[in-house]
Amino acid sequence: MSDSIYLDNNATTPVAPECLDAMLACLRDNHGNPSSKHRAGERAKQLVNEARALTAGLLGAAPAEIVFTSGGTEGNHLAILGALALNPDKRHVVTSAVEHPSTLQLLRHLESHGVRVTLLPVDAEGRLDPAAIEAAIAPDTALISLLWANNETGVLFPVEAVACIAREQNVLLHLDAVQAVGKIDIDLKQVPVDFLSLSGHKLHAPKGVGALFVRKGVKLPPLLFGHQERARRGGTENVPGIVGLGVAAALALEAMEADTARMRALRDRLERGVVERIPFARVNGAGAARVANTSNIRFGDMEAEIILDRLDRAGICAALGAACTAGGSEPSHVLTAMGLDRRAARASVRFSLSRYTTDAEIGRVLELLPGIVDGLTAVAA
Amino acid sequence: MPVYLDYNATTPLDPRALEAMLPFLTEHHGNPSSVHRFGRTARSAVDRAREQVAGLVGAQPGQVIFTSGGTEANNLAIKGVAALNRPGHVVIGATEHPSVAESAASLGEEGWRVVALPVDGDGRLVEPAIEPALSLRPALVSVMWANNETGVVQDVASLSARVREHGGLMHTDAVQAAGKIEVDFAASGVNLMSLSAHKINGPKGVGALIVDKSVEIRPMLHGGGQEKNRRSGTENVAAIVGFGAAAGLAKSRLADYRARLKTLRDRLESELCELDGIEIFGARVERLPNTVCFGAAGIDGETLLLGLDRAGIAVSSGSACSSSHREPSPVLRAMGIEPGLALGAIRVSLGFGSTGQDIEDFMTVLTMQWRQLRRMTGRAVGQA
Repeated sequence: MSDSIYLDNNATTPVAPECLDAMLACLRDNHGNPSSKHRAGERAKQLVNEARALTAGLLGAAPAEIVFTSGGTEGNHLAILGALALNPDKRHVVTSAVEHPSTLQLLRHLESHGVRVTLLPVDAEGRLDPAAIEAAIAPDTALISLLWANNETGVLFPVEAVACIAREQNVLLHLDAVQAVGKIDIDLKQVPVDFLSLSGHKLHAPKGVGALFVRKGVKLPPLLFGHQERARRGGTENVPGIVGLGVAAALALEAMEADTARMRALRDRLERGVVERIPFARVNGAGAARVANTSNIRFGDMEAEIILDRLDRAGICAALGAACTAGGSEPSHVLTAMGLDRRAARASVRFSLSRYTTDAEIGRVLELLPGIVDGLTAVAA
Repeated sequence: MPVYLDYNATTPLDPRALEAMLPFLTEHHGNPSSVHRFGRTARSAVDRAREQVAGLVGAQPGQVIFTSGGTEANNLAIKGVAALNRPGHVVIGATEHPSVAESAASLGEEGWRVVALPVDGDGRLVEPAIEPALSLRPALVSVMWANNETGVVQDVASLSARVREHGGLMHTDAVQAAGKIEVDFAASGVNLMSLSAHKINGPKGVGALIVDKSVEIRPMLHGGGQEKNRRSGTENVAAIVGFGAAAGLAKSRLADYRARLKTLRDRLESELCELDGIEIFGARVERLPNTVCFGAAGIDGETLLLGLDRAGIAVSSGSACSSSHREPSPVLRAMGIEPGLALGAIRVSLGFGSTGQDIEDFMTVLTMQWRQLRRMTGRAVGQA
């Protein structure tokens, strides 16, 4: 697959070589269970705690505020279910219409158990109005749960403003920062959120590991019982995965400025180039603040699935919205919430870059894409 | 040279499993939900691993739900079944792993009553207590196939037949049994079975719940609809592949494992019996071929454990998952072992890589420490 061009980094990213090295050392040599009291166990526990400090460092958090999980989905569940359990008399959750399925599907399930959910709309650029949050808060609101950066469009939510509102109104706030971590500066000393979930495999760590930030003082009830992670997440720690996450966090922190500048330049080149060559193409969410690596482009009324298939045959991998909902026939809920009709939503392709994306790769996409689109237009005509 | 004799806590990753994982940590980095070539490669690797894991325990690939480990599988089984039933009774063994016991206890908030089946001094379920518990018509019975601390094996197949007669579902935590003894999901008649990769020389961070197709469970994790909507979240592809490879290896060496480890274990036990006052727990009943749990009155297990560790020998003073508490193991307490004896308990668990030399080194160090501790205890008793 070395000749392929991978532009689906919001679905998953390749593991950074530095991460892999650290994981391999751990997979080969260190097989202790961190709960064991002997040296092999102590060593494993030490590795987990080093990774905890590195992960905390990326967020401006304290190590004790990091709970390792199996990934973003678990983090979102732990936060949302935990917030509701902490407030048994509050049965209302405020969220947006463009959240990740792991939040929306969980909340849909909770609705059948008496939880009231307010889905806030977004504007045509995918933006959320903080005033709408304030208006949605009710006396029984237990939690506000929002994406920091949207996985399909890259659009950023005004989380600083939301955090102030949540603090003033004394409502817990959870951010799903899976797509934001490593792509923007995050300092949780400045942004008073209570929970923040992140996922390893979206930032060049392996799949199967993630973390939930839990602000000091918030007594989070567990989803999985057991004494590990200070009784907040039971189960033998995924030591190599956690080690990989720690290294990925350190790399992200170190390279953030340079990486985002490069990705932004390449992404902008891609978008400019596409719009120049394919005049009817439009960038969804272009008017909003976005993370640097994501581009969601609508190709008129064409079937994006066919474009993606042709791209794939040419060795270029992109996506139709989120990987988690790929294969489904429903148009993206994110794009329809932005006012695109079903047809326009189904005509949209997500390109997501990483620090490993090269100028030559973007050049190759710009070379091939117009031909693919022309060919399909000719067939349709 | 350090001697690792704590394979029930976790096992080293088999180099062949690592070899199988590597491509999925490097060039084949796709998300199985993606439709492009990277996604398809990842998807077919997960499917292959599903066949291998099913193959280890006589299940169908479609019955395998990959999880983040044994703890998640146990939680999913118990909470997932309970969520689709009206609160009633749930029956568990008295020596279950905390992930089963605490999951069951958490159901109390929703009005469930938890009944613990007592065990005898050997750790086996007490026969006369079973029928009364089943007559409560529990929605779910969860009894582990083999105990993590003592290695004692329960007769899961005969219990599951009785559970079915009473209209309930049977779950078994087979985390310690799979790969060590014959475990057959279909033949055992259980409806749900938990497995963990890192106990069979696979990687940490992955496990599975095997679920009979006729059984519905409510997922714990909602979202992208992975694992046929029963466990959302991007699949941990590399670890799943490693689990599959480890399952295949465990299956192919099962007969060999039993023969080799039983020989080593029997040798270890006959040498242990020469030490004064040692009791081996569960010695009279069927146990895993790799596990020995023993104690002696007046010996403090923690002190002994630390002494052994200083000499480079890794064993456990009970389940690794509860070793931060300094109380007699709940498993041994349930067996009616008196606290003085239980506090001295040491678990030695062998693995496929264990050798006669490991046993010899262990016995040499143990004998030395043992005499020392005995002298100290003797003095302490003398002073009292």
